[in-house]
Amino acid sequence: MRKQFITACLYTLVTTVLLGLGYPLAVTGLAHLLMPAKANGELIAKDGVVVGSKLIGQSFTGPGYFNGRPSAAGTGYDAANSSGSNLGPTNATLIARVDQSVHAWQTREAQHENAHTNVPIDLVTTSGSGLDPDITVAAAEYQVASVAQVRGLPKDQVAQLVKAHIEPRQFGVLGEPCVNVLELNLALDAMAAQRK
Amino acid sequence: MAKSKNTHQRSLWDAQITQRALVDSLRKLSPWNMMKNPVMFVVEIGSVITSLLLVRDFRFHGVASRFDLQITLWLWFTVLFANFAEAMAEGRGKAQADALRRAKSETMANRLNEKGVIVQLPSSKLRSGDIVIVSAGEMIPGDGEIIDGVASVDESAITGESAPVIRESGGDRSAVTGGTRVLSDQIKIRITSNPGETFIDKMIALVEGAERQKTPNEIALNILLAGLTIIFLLAVVTLQPIAIYSHSPQTVFVLVSLLVCLIPTTIGGLLSAIGIAGMDRLVQHNVLAMSGRAVEAAGDVNTLLLDKTGTITFGNRQATEFLAAPGVSKDQLADAAQLSSLADETPEGRSIVVLAKETYGLRGRDLATMHAEFVPFSATTRMSGINVDGRTIRKGAAESIAAYLQASGGILADEVRADVEGIARSGGTPLVVAENNRALGVIHLKDIVKGGMRERFAQLRAMGIRTIMITGDNPLTAAAIAREAGVDDFLAEAKPKDKMDLIRREQAEGKLVAMTGDGTNDAPALAQADVGVAMNTGTQAAKEAGNMVDLDSNPTKLIEIVEIGKQLLMTRGALTTFSIANDVAKYFAIIPAMFAATFPVLAALNIMHLRTPQSAILSAVIFNALIIVALIPLALRGVKYRPMNAEVLLRNNLLLYGLGGIVLPFLGIKLIDMAITAMHLI
Amino acid sequence: MTENGWFQIALFFLLIVLIARPLGIYMADVFERRKTFLDPLLAPIERLLYRLTGVEADKEMRWTEYGIAMLLFSLVSMLVLYLIERVQTWLPWNPQHWPNVPAVLALNTAASFTANTNWQSYVPETTMSYLTQMAGLAYHNFTSAAVGMALAIAMVRGISRREQNTLGNFWVDATRAILWVLLPISIVFALALVSQGVVQNLRPYDTARLLESQKVVTQDSAGRSVTQTVATQTIAQGPVASQEAIKMLGTNGGGFFNTNSAHPFENPTPFSNLLEMLAIFAIAAGLTVTMGHMTHSPRHGWAVFAAMGILFFAGVTTAYWAEARGNPLMHGVAQQTSATQAGGNMEGKEVRFGIANSALFATVTTDASCGAVNGMHDSFTPLGGMVPMVNIMLGEIIFGGVGAGLYGMLIFVILSVFIAGLMVGRTPEYLGKKIEAYDVKMAMLYVLVFPLLILGFTAVTVLLPHLGLSSLANAGPHGLSEVLYAFTSAAGNNGSAFAGLNANTNYYNLTLAIVMLCGRFLMIVPMLAVAGNLARKKIAPASAGTFPVTTPLFTILLTGVIVIVGALTFFPALTLGPILEHLLMYAGKTF
Repeated sequence: MRKQFITACLYTLVTTVLLGLGYPLAVTGLAHLLMPAKANGELIAKDGVVVGSKLIGQSFTGPGYFNGRPSAAGTGYDAANSSGSNLGPTNATLIARVDQSVHAWQTREAQHENAHTNVPIDLVTTSGSGLDPDITVAAAEYQVASVAQVRGLPKDQVAQLVKAHIEPRQFGVLGEPCVNVLELNLALDAMAAQRK
Repeated sequence: MAKSKNTHQRSLWDAQITQRALVDSLRKLSPWNMMKNPVMFVVEIGSVITSLLLVRDFRFHGVASRFDLQITLWLWFTVLFANFAEAMAEGRGKAQADALRRAKSETMANRLNEKGVIVQLPSSKLRSGDIVIVSAGEMIPGDGEIIDGVASVDESAITGESAPVIRESGGDRSAVTGGTRVLSDQIKIRITSNPGETFIDKMIALVEGAERQKTPNEIALNILLAGLTIIFLLAVVTLQPIAIYSHSPQTVFVLVSLLVCLIPTTIGGLLSAIGIAGMDRLVQHNVLAMSGRAVEAAGDVNTLLLDKTGTITFGNRQATEFLAAPGVSKDQLADAAQLSSLADETPEGRSIVVLAKETYGLRGRDLATMHAEFVPFSATTRMSGINVDGRTIRKGAAESIAAYLQASGGILADEVRADVEGIARSGGTPLVVAENNRALGVIHLKDIVKGGMRERFAQLRAMGIRTIMITGDNPLTAAAIAREAGVDDFLAEAKPKDKMDLIRREQAEGKLVAMTGDGTNDAPALAQADVGVAMNTGTQAAKEAGNMVDLDSNPTKLIEIVEIGKQLLMTRGALTTFSIANDVAKYFAIIPAMFAATFPVLAALNIMHLRTPQSAILSAVIFNALIIVALIPLALRGVKYRPMNAEVLLRNNLLLYGLGGIVLPFLGIKLIDMAITAMHLI
Repeated sequence: MTENGWFQIALFFLLIVLIARPLGIYMADVFERRKTFLDPLLAPIERLLYRLTGVEADKEMRWTEYGIAMLLFSLVSMLVLYLIERVQTWLPWNPQHWPNVPAVLALNTAASFTANTNWQSYVPETTMSYLTQMAGLAYHNFTSAAVGMALAIAMVRGISRREQNTLGNFWVDATRAILWVLLPISIVFALALVSQGVVQNLRPYDTARLLESQKVVTQDSAGRSVTQTVATQTIAQGPVASQEAIKMLGTNGGGFFNTNSAHPFENPTPFSNLLEMLAIFAIAAGLTVTMGHMTHSPRHGWAVFAAMGILFFAGVTTAYWAEARGNPLMHGVAQQTSATQAGGNMEGKEVRFGIANSALFATVTTDASCGAVNGMHDSFTPLGGMVPMVNIMLGEIIFGGVGAGLYGMLIFVILSVFIAGLMVGRTPEYLGKKIEAYDVKMAMLYVLVFPLLILGFTAVTVLLPHLGLSSLANAGPHGLSEVLYAFTSAAGNNGSAFAGLNANTNYYNLTLAIVMLCGRFLMIVPMLAVAGNLARKKIAPASAGTFPVTTPLFTILLTGVIVIVGALTFFPALTLGPILEHLLMYAGKTF
C-alpha cells in the first residue's frame, strides 16, 4: 500500500511532465513550424490592423452589412466568452425573441420581394458557440436586396458577390454549404470602395 | 424406458391439496416467512401501507374511495396468489410425504445383542451398527445391509413397484430400506442409519420441502430479482418529487400500484413453487435427489458416462443368426443348437431356443421324454451340451470347441473359423456348435442395443451432451457396439480406476460429468462425478456416494434427470423474461393515467385507450395479480422442453416468453379494463 | 432530413467499422506486451518511466491490488489538479492573469476530470490559465482515459484467464495505453486539427477592430440599462489543438472554450468535425475487437460491436428526425430543407455543421461518455434532446467511454448471458465461465449505482427551490430535463449538459462532484470484483447446449436487455421531462 502510494506520487509527477508539458509544447512547436497562420487563429489584417479571424464571427447588425446570426456570447460575438442561448424549445423567452427577430427582418425587408417569405431559420436563431462565422446560402440571398439598396450597389452584383463566397460542402460531402459573413462583408466593403 | 407404475402422478388441481394450499397461503402471510422472498415482501409491505391508509380514511373521513379499496384488495390478492402457488407446490410434496410416513409406522425390531440373544425393541430405538433379524412377513425396521441370508423383499412403499426384488448378502444387492417388507426367508441385517436419518426420513424431508435449500442458480436469480426490485423502488420513490415538481403529486395508492406492477412479482411469486415442483417432478420419476444443487448440475452436464451392460444393451447376449459350416444345412445347425440349449437356463441359451423357434419353426421339445443327458457348462471344458439318441452335441467358444474336436481327431474348418472371426470383428460373440466330431457352424450371439437408444443419444448430442460408453469388453467389440448405439465415445476394458481417471480428465477440462452406478466399486466414481445416480438396488456405499438415487434402478433415467434439470432452469428463465417484459404494457397503462389529470396531452401514451385513469391503474394491478394464478400450472409442470440446440431453444423461448410477455398484457389489461368498466366497479 | 445527411452519417459509421479492426488488434498486441512497430521508439521511454516511478513491471496484481493502485493514482492526481487550480495565478503561462480558481469550483473540476467526466461548471476562457489547461486538465484527459482502458483490459483478462488470481499490472496497462495508444495518435490528430484551423499557441488573447462597431445595451449593477459602444473583439487563444485531440480520443469532452466543439477554434470545419467524432468512437470501437482477440472469440467482439451499432443508429435516427422537423412554436421562419439551407431546429447549432452533423455529434458524444458538444443540447427539440439523455441513461455503453464503455457493456453481457442461460436450461456460462451468484450480485451492484445517483439526486434537487430550482434557465418540463440531464451526465461520466442550468453554485458543484466520483469509482469496484472472480474460474468447453455469444440472436438479446433495463428505470422521469415537453410543444404551449 505504502509502496503503491509512493509509486502513485512519482507516476503523477513523471507523467505530468511528459503529458502536461512535453506533449502540448511539442505540438505547439510542430504546429508553428508547419502551419504558423493556422496555429494562431487565421487572423485577418486590413491596413495592418487585425479586423478579426476568418473562423470567428463578429457582430453585424446594420442594414449596410450582411448580418450574421443572433449571438448569445456576451454582448454579442464576444470571442472571449463563447456561449449559446441554452433556451429550450418551449421556452417563452426563446419564442418571443424569435418572433421579435422575425418581425425586425420582415420590417427591414418590407420593401423588397422577400417581404412575405419566411425568414431563414439561421437568421433568427443563435448558434451554439455564439461565434458562428457563417450563415446559410438562403440567409445571405435573403439579404441581398436590402444590402444592395443601402450600399447603392446593383443587386445582381451583390448577388454575384454572395455566389462567389459560397463555401460548398467540404470535399463535396461534409457539412453544409455556407457563407462566411466577415469575408463577405470585407469583399462588400472592397466592392463599395472600388465603385467610389 | 419403464414407465413408473406408482401413483405419484396427481392431477394438477387435486381438491385436497388445493384446499390445504388455500389455508396455507394465509398462514404464509407472516412477515418472517415473506422476508425470504424480497419481491413479494415488498408487495406485502405495500399492501400493509395501503390498508393502514384505508383505515385512516375510514376513521377520519368515514369513507374511503372505492378505487383505493379495490387497489388494496388486489394488492393483498397478489401476495396471496404467490403464497398459494408456493403452497400448491408444497402440498403436492406433502401428500407424498404422508404416504411415506405411513410406511414409516413404528415396528418392533428383533435386535441381536452382544450375547447373540434376540431382544425386541421399537425400530425408532435402533442405532447404526445394530444387528437385527427379519423374517418373512415382517417389516424391515431400518436402513441396513444384509450380512447373512437372502430374501425377496416388497419395496413398493418407496418405489411403487409391486414386484418383489431379491436382496442377498454380499455383492451389489445387499442394501435394504427401512419400511419395506420381507416376503420370504429370513435375513440378518446390520443397521446403517441412526433414527431420523433413515432413507425414508430423508425422502420425507425432501418431498415436503422442509430441507429445501435454495440452489445456486436460484440464489443468483433471487439477487437479480432483488436488484430489479430496488431499481423499481428507486424509480417509483423518486417519481413523487418529480411529480410534485410537475404539479401533479400522486396518492400513495397509485404509487404502490405502480411499484407492485413493475417489480417482478410474476417470477418472484412463482420462484419457490418452481423449485419445489422441480424436485417433485424428479420424485414422480422415482428419483430422489439429495440436493437441489444436484438437480441443477444435471441440467449442466456435458458428459454422460453410461455402462454398456444393462444401460445401452439389454445386458445379455442374444442369438441372432446361425451360420452353418460348409455341407451343413441351416436346419441341421438350428436343430443341434436348439437341442444343446434346451436345458441351458442362461439368457444366451434361452435366446438360442427362441431364435431356432422363430426362424426355423423348431418347437421346444421335452427333454424329460427324450432321455437326454445334459452336460452343463464347466470351467474346465468351457462348453455345454447334450447327449441324446447317440448324438453328442457341444457348444462353446471357438477355441474350446477346436480343442474338443482335436481331441477326437476332428478339426475346425477354415470357413467356420472365418465366420468366427467375422462375428468377433462385428462386436458379437461366436459360439461354435459341434456334433460328434464335426463342427456344424456358428451361432452369432450379439449384445442387443436397446430400442431407441440411437435417437436418445442424438437428442443428447443436440443438447450438447457427449455420451461415453463404459464397458469391460475389448476395444473391437466395444467399438462395434458404440457404433451401433450411436454413442460419441467409449472406454473399453474399463477398470474402476479408468472410470475415475476419465471423470477427472473431463472435469479438468471444465466439464460436468454424470454417471450411474450400483456396485461398491462404483462408489468413488459416483462421488467424484458431478451428478452420480445410484441405483436403489445397489450397495449402501454406492447410494451414499451418489447425489441421487433412482428407485427404479433404471440407468437410462439419467437422460430424464438431465431434462428435468434443464426444464427447471428454463422455467425460471422463461418466467423472469416474461415478468420483465410485462412491465412495458403496465407502464403504458399506469403512467399516462397518473398524470392525465394535469396533462391531458399525455393521453397520447394511453395506447390501449383504457377508459379512465382509475380503471387503467386498477386493470394493471388486477392483471398483475391474476397472471400469477394463471401461470401456476406452468410453474408446477415446467415449460415444455424438447432437446434441441441452445440457439434455437433460446430463440423459441424469447419469442414465446419475451415477445409474448410484451404483447399479452396489452390484451389482458385492455380486457380487464373493459370488464371492470362494464361491471361499474370503477 | 436529406440524402446527404444520411450519407454523412453512414460514412461516419463505415469509417468506424474500418478503424475498429486494425486499431483493436494493435491494442491487443500492446496490452499483451507483444511486439509493435513503435517499440524501438517507445520501449526505452517505458523502461525509463518504470525505473523513475519504481514500477515492477512483471509483478501481477490481484483485483484488489489492481483497484487500490488505480484508486491511489486517481486520488493523488486529483489532488495535484486541485492544487494547480488553486495556485494558478502564481504559475507561468497565465497571460490573461486569471485568479486562482475558487475552492468548490476547483474541487468540482478536479473530480470531474479525474472521473473522465469533464463536466464544466466554469467558463474556461475566463477562468483557466494555459498551464492549468495543459498540465491540469489535458493531463487528466490522458490519464483518466488510460485508467479506463487499463480497467477494461483487466476485465477482459478476467474473462479470458483460466484459474488465475491476477488481472495484470495496473501501472503497466496504464503506461502502455498512454505511450502506445493515446500519445502517438494524439500528436498526429492534433496536427491534423491545426491544419483545419484549430489554434495552438501560448499567446495572450488577440484584439480585433470590428468592421462595424456596435451599440449594445447592458444592465449595470443597479439594474439600469446602459448603452455602450463596442468597437473591438477580444479573441481568446491558447494551446487548443493538443487538448482537443486527447479530449476526443480519451472521450473526456472538456472544452478548451465554454462552447466546446461548437467553438470555431475547437472545431472549425466539417472535416475537423468528422475527425473529432471518429476520435470519440475509435478506441471504444477498437476495444471490442481487442476483447474478441484477447478472449479468442473475435466474433463475440463483433457481436458486441453490432449491439452498440444498433443502439447508435436508433439514437441518431431519432435525433436527426426530431431536429430536422424543427420547432413548431416558431412562426414566420423557414425551417424546411431547401436547396440553399438545411433547415430544422437551428437554435444552438452551427451553420457549417447543419442538422445532420449536429444530431450525429450529439448522439456520438453521449453514446460514448465524451460530452463534447458541437451544438447546445439544451436547445434541441424535446425528443432530439432526449436521445443524448437516454444514451447516457443506458449506461454509457454504446461504444461508451474509453475502456469504461467496454467494461460497462460486459456487465450487461453478463446479465444477458445469465438470463439466456436460464432460458436454455443451463447454469449460465459466458465464454466458458459459469456466471454465479457472486457475479450477478456484483453486476447488479454496478447496475444499481446508476439509477440511485441519477434519480436520487434529481428527486432531491427538484424539491429544493433555492438550491436546486433557482439555477434553472428553463421552466416547465424542460427545467426538469435540465436537472435530470445534469445528474445523468455526471453519473455517466459524460460531461455534456443542458447548459442553461447554472451549475456553478456550491450546491451543484458539490452534489455533481459526488455523483461524478461515485459514477466512476463506485461502479469500478464491483466491476473489478467480477473480473477478479471470473479469472479464478475454469473455462468449460462450449457445446451445442451452450448459448453462443457470437450470433445475431445474442446481439438482439443484449440490445433488448440494455433497452429494457434502461427504459424501465427511467421511463417515468422521461415521461414528465422530454416526452411531456414534446407533447406540450405540439399543443402550442410555452413556459
